[in-house]
Amino acid sequence: MTTASLRLALVGAPNTGKTSLFNSLTGSRQKVANYPGVTVERKSGGFVTPEGRSVTVLDLPGTYSLRGRSPDEEITRDIVLGRFDGEAVPDLMLCVADATNLRLTLRLVLELKRVGRPMMLVLNMIDIAKRRGVTINLDRMSQELGLPIVTSVAVRKGGVDELLKRTDEFLAKSHEAAASEWTTPTIADLKAAQREADRIIAAVVTLPTKPDTLTNRIDSVVLHPVWGLVILAVILFVMFQAVFTWAQPAMELLSDGFAALGQLIHDVMPASWGLLQSFLQNGLISGVGSVIVFLPQIIIIFLFILLLEDFGYMARAAFLMDRIMGGAGLHGRAFIPLLSSFACAIPGIMATRVIDNRRDRLTTILIAPLMTCSARIPVYTLIISAFVPATTVWGVVNLQGLVMFGLYAAGITSALTVSAIAKFFLWRDHAPAPFMLELPDYKMPRLRSIAIGVFTRAKMFLYRAGTTILSMMVLIWFLASFPTAPAGAEGPAINYSFAAMIGHALEPLLRPIGFNWQIAVALIPGMAAREVAVAALGTVYSIEGGKEAADAIGQVLAQKWTLATALSLLVWYIFAPQCASTLAVIRRETGGAKWMVVTFLYMLALAYVASFLTFNLAQALGLH
Amino acid sequence: MTGDPDTSQDNLQDIRLGHADRGFVGKIIRLDALVTGSSLSPQELEQRLVEMGFVEGARVEILHEGTIRRDPIAVRVDNITIALRRSEAMAVIVE
Ligand SMILES: Nc1nc2c(ncn2[C@@H]2O[C@H](COP(=O)(O)OP(=O)(O)O)[C@@H](O)[C@H]2O)c(=O)[nH]1
Ligand SMILES: [Mg+2]
Repeated sequence: MTTASLRLALVGAPNTGKTSLFNSLTGSRQKVANYPGVTVERKSGGFVTPEGRSVTVLDLPGTYSLRGRSPDEEITRDIVLGRFDGEAVPDLMLCVADATNLRLTLRLVLELKRVGRPMMLVLNMIDIAKRRGVTINLDRMSQELGLPIVTSVAVRKGGVDELLKRTDEFLAKSHEAAASEWTTPTIADLKAAQREADRIIAAVVTLPTKPDTLTNRIDSVVLHPVWGLVILAVILFVMFQAVFTWAQPAMELLSDGFAALGQLIHDVMPASWGLLQSFLQNGLISGVGSVIVFLPQIIIIFLFILLLEDFGYMARAAFLMDRIMGGAGLHGRAFIPLLSSFACAIPGIMATRVIDNRRDRLTTILIAPLMTCSARIPVYTLIISAFVPATTVWGVVNLQGLVMFGLYAAGITSALTVSAIAKFFLWRDHAPAPFMLELPDYKMPRLRSIAIGVFTRAKMFLYRAGTTILSMMVLIWFLASFPTAPAGAEGPAINYSFAAMIGHALEPLLRPIGFNWQIAVALIPGMAAREVAVAALGTVYSIEGGKEAADAIGQVLAQKWTLATALSLLVWYIFAPQCASTLAVIRRETGGAKWMVVTFLYMLALAYVASFLTFNLAQALGLH
Repeated sequence: MTGDPDTSQDNLQDIRLGHADRGFVGKIIRLDALVTGSSLSPQELEQRLVEMGFVEGARVEILHEGTIRRDPIAVRVDNITIALRRSEAMAVIVE
C-alpha cells in the first residue's frame, strides 16, 4: 500500500468537456502552469474520492489521435505512453467523449486501447443526448469496446457522482497494464479504426428522427458573410467599451489606493529613514501598484473570452477571421488575444492560451507587444500635444488625431509584417497547421466554470505581479535611486544614480536617433511601465508636481527638443520593448528566457532602425 | 492557387468539395490529396482529413461560407461540423 495519490488523466477530443469535468472534480484546487520548456498549458488539480482516496487529475490537451501532430498533442501522446520526462504515467485514463458526437472520439478510444493502460470511457453531456432523444445501449457498448463506461454531466451539480463511484470501484482493484501495442497509425489504420467505430455506433446508438437545428439556425446568422462580421464587430465593440470604461473606476480606485498607501508610509516614517521610505513608497508600493492596476482589465477581458469560448463562439470568430488573419500567417483564434493587447499586452499574451497550436501561439505572443497598449497613450499624448499643432487638415481631420491614428496603424502593420516574417524564417521547416477545426454545438455558458476560469487567471496574474514583476520593479527603483545624491548637490537626485550613469553611457548610442541623455535616463525607469517615462522626464528636467504637471512637462520639452527628436521618440515608443512586465509574462508563458530575449532584441532593433530613419528624415526635411 | 482539379478526375459526376457551393449535399467517394493548394504533404493532409471524419461514404453538406472568396467553408460531415479552407477541401472527392 502506498500513500501517494493516484493519478488520473483526462484524455479526449477537443470540446468533449474535459475541462468542465476537471473543474467539477477539483473545484478551485487547480494549478495552471506550463509543461517545462514549452508553450503548452498544464492543468493539474487534486480531490478526494467519496471513499477517501486522494487523487490528482491532469487535464491533457485535446487531441483526435495519438499521432502528435503538434507540440501540444505530442504532450498528450507522451504522457499517455509514459514517455514524458518528469511526468508519471497515469494510473487511470479517463477517456472523455461527447455522447452526442461519438464518431471521432470512439476512434480515439480504439487507438488508446492499444496502449494497454487501465482506462474508463466517460460519456459526457449525457443530458444533451437525452434531451435530443439519442439513446445509447451502454452494456452493449461496454462489451464491444471491452471497457467500463460511465455517463456524466460535467456541468451539473452531482453530475459526476457516478464517475466518482466507479473510479473508486476501479481503483479498489489492482490493474495490470498490458504491454503497449501502439504504433503510429497509418492512413489505412485510421480508416479501419473509423469503420470499426462507425460499426459500433450503428449497433449501439439510436439517433432521433428530428436532429437538433438550433446551432444551425444560430450559425446561419452568426456565420453569415455580412451579418457575421457585423455581429463580430459589435461583440468586439462591447468588449472594448467594457475593458476601457467599466474597468476605469476600479483602476482609478486601485491606483489612488496605492498612492495613498505610499503617502501614508511616507508620512508615518521619520524623514531620517529616507532610503527605506523611498524604497517602500517608490520601489515596492508604486512598483506593485503599477502592475496591479491592470487587474480589473484582466478580469474583464477573461470574462469575455471565457464566455465566448464556453458558448462556442470562439471557433466561429476564428472561422470569420481566418482569411483576414491567415494572410499574415496568423491563426483565426489569434484575433481576440491581439485585440486584448490594445488594452495591455499582459492579458493579451495570457489569452493566447486559447490557441492550441504552439507555433501559432508563439507567433501571436511575439507580436502582441506591438499592439498599441493603453500605457503608451500618456506618452503619445504628451509628445503630440507638445509638438503637433492642433490644426485641421483636409478640411475635417484634426492633425493631432491623425498622428495618433498613424501610430496605431504603424503598430498593427508592423505586427502583421513581423508575423509574416516569423512564419517565413522561424517556422519554414515545419508544415504550418492548416485551418481545420470542429465547430461545436452552441452551449449555454456555465457561471461556475467561468468563475473558476477567471479566478485562476487572476490568481496567476497576481502571483506574477508578486514575484518576477516585483523583482524587476525593485531593480529599476534601485537603479534610479543609487548612489544617492551627495549633500548639497544640485539638480534632481536621479542625475547621480546608476540610471543616469547608464543614460550617459547610452547617450552616444542613442545620439544617431536624436535622443539626449535626459531621454536616455528617463527610458530606464520607463522600463517599469511605459507611462512612467512621462513622470521620469519630469524628474530629469526638474519639474515638480507629478502627473498633474504633464502640461508643464510638454511646454519644457517643446523648448528643449527639436521636432525631429520628438518624432523619433514617438516612433521609438511604437516598437521599443519598454515594459518589463510584458517581458516577464512572455518568459512565464513560453516556459523560458529564450522567447523573451528574442522579443526584446527584435523590438529593440525595430525601434532603433525606425527611430534612426525618422530622425534623419525629419532632419533632412528641416523639421526643427 | 488550387492546382488543376480536372487532371485526376476519372468520373464526370465526381466533384471536389473545394469547388462545391453552399447548400451542396453529397457523399464522399474517396480522398485524393495529390493535387490541392494545401501546404501540407498529400499524406499528412489525407491523414488529417480522416481524423476529422472525412471517410468514404460519409454524408457531407456545405453549410456556410466565409466572406473573402467564399473561404473557408463549414461542412457538415455526418453529424459534426468542420470548418476548413477550400484548398484542403480539394482533397475530398464527392458525388
Ligand atoms: N450540457 C452540458 N454541457 C457541457 C457538459 N460538459 C461540458 N459542457 C459544455 O461543453 C463546452 C466545452 O467544454 P470544455 O470543458 O471546454 O471541453 P474541452 O475542450 O474538452 O475541455 C462548454 O461550453 C461546457 O460548458 C455536459 O455534461 N453537459
Ligand atoms: Mg479544455
